Amino acid sequence: MPETLPENSVGLVTAQKQHFEEPLALTCGRTLENYDLVYETYGELNADQSNAILICHALSGDHHAAGYHSMDDRKPGWWESCIGPGKPFDTNHFFVVALNNLGGCSGSTGPNTLNPASGQLWGSDFPIVTVEDWIQSQARLADSLGIQQWAAVVGGSLGGMQVMQWSIDFPERIRHALVIASAPKLSAQNIAFNEVARQAILSDPEFFDGHFYQHDTVPHRGLKLARMLGHITYLSDEAMRGKFGRELREGKINFGFDVEFQIESYLRYQGQSFVNRFDANTYLLMTKTLDYYDPAAKFDNELARAFTHGDTEFLVCSFTSDWRFAPERSQEIVHALLDARRKVTYAEIEANQGHDAFLMPIPQYMNVLNAYMARVKKEIS
Amino acid sequence: MRADLEIIQNWIQPDSHVLDLGCGDGTLMHALTQRHQVKGYGLEYDDLNIISCIEKDVNVIQVDLDQGLSDLFDDHSFDYVIMTQTLQAMQRPDRLLKEMLRVGREGIVTFPNFGHWKSRTQLSFGGFMPVTKALPNTWYNTPNIHLCTVRDFEQFCRDNNIRILQRMVVDTSHQSSFLIKMFPNLLGEIALYRISNG
Repeated sequence: MPETLPENSVGLVTAQKQHFEEPLALTCGRTLENYDLVYETYGELNADQSNAILICHALSGDHHAAGYHSMDDRKPGWWESCIGPGKPFDTNHFFVVALNNLGGCSGSTGPNTLNPASGQLWGSDFPIVTVEDWIQSQARLADSLGIQQWAAVVGGSLGGMQVMQWSIDFPERIRHALVIASAPKLSAQNIAFNEVARQAILSDPEFFDGHFYQHDTVPHRGLKLARMLGHITYLSDEAMRGKFGRELREGKINFGFDVEFQIESYLRYQGQSFVNRFDANTYLLMTKTLDYYDPAAKFDNELARAFTHGDTEFLVCSFTSDWRFAPERSQEIVHALLDARRKVTYAEIEANQGHDAFLMPIPQYMNVLNAYMARVKKEIS
Repeated sequence: MRADLEIIQNWIQPDSHVLDLGCGDGTLMHALTQRHQVKGYGLEYDDLNIISCIEKDVNVIQVDLDQGLSDLFDDHSFDYVIMTQTLQAMQRPDRLLKEMLRVGREGIVTFPNFGHWKSRTQLSFGGFMPVTKALPNTWYNTPNIHLCTVRDFEQFCRDNNIRILQRMVVDTSHQSSFLIKMFPNLLGEIALYRISNG
């Protein structure tokens, strides 16, 4: 809990909710008759609405990207390192919008909200949404906020996929696309990790086919395992060695299956705290959203053709030790953008933190974002 | 601006599509974009240079040139591929030269001429590795690991069916003279070439 809020934080923030009555036709063929999106904003929208930045969250993220909800909060929003006064997404100059995507579990319509048709929580009856569906819903949120065109759309990992899709579906509504630690589609290895995570949840006896809410329980073992597995893939071998090594919690081995090594303790803690804040159905859904994403599929598998429209300028960033979304995957995006002769800058950041690096204030990474955003800033003032 | 970059600017047709290998802080690409309506990209490896390029609004791609260009660029995707004072610092200059002409219609290369008389005399009479204005580093910390002479480079072009479209050999203030034109490999310090596949 912070005694006082840091000066470069956006400070205390309150989430807002927007209700949408217009039905949303989804890629899967089903339709959401109406829905809510929960979002937060930081900074002020300028008179000509030209300074808006959209932040797209990754697998386990939500709309709380920066600041604190109360003075009792132990931690700020998930991208506090980058959003705030004087930070790369500088709230002195930009109006920053972060939302919880459809299918999420932090207030937007999703598995843990009421299904008006049944009068029960949606659970696993909630349709599997795609990145394309998200972009449609985000565009409607932009409309409701009076934002015709984003100065920039920004996201890491699954968030980066949303950024790419914005430039494909609404090229005239996005001036800059910042695609960080992402990929043009998942590899078989990535899908494999997602499948193990899903099996952990689906095989938990307390999953009840996704209707565990009615049984007043949660598939905590499955969700915890899924998160533990995820965490291993978000860190690099080097980062894990540096942070935990083979350190023993009690200084000796006990010849048992309780926590002995520090890494075990860390993973169990991370898994458990995830169970307390995240929904198992959302986890299943979002891993599928990731698996399905493949924008080149509609263009005879030529990604460059997906990027031929509009004048969006791109910044692509990757991190050297990220093996879940490796630099080679970002280079595929860059290759396609080069083929499409788009304006693009690519930075490969030296970092040992693995995939998680995109959330951290690594000096060269911050310098790249600051330099790039200074360019974006120049266009609005 | 470095004078070799001034010379190169005049070799490039306006409105063309250009790739600058080892673009440094982006000075050349910036000038080409501003003055000659050129579009294109710079490739660079150094972190600080990446920031300078972003600040100059140069499209910069951070890669290690020694890894080759095949992952990023298709055949004949550029009008010109430029490489200034970078060739001699590469692990395999031969491969990169071929890559240049695979990716670009024409290549523009500049390098320090190791055949210059100062280098020759320092090595023959001093018995030590040359340190000159064009080659200011000592042997143990130099990035220049594949030095060549004007004659070496032209031999390489002949052996590999590379056509020399234009050549300019100058001193370190990038001036040419009657004498340098007569004895380029002895009196020239910097060599500039415009090349294509033969």
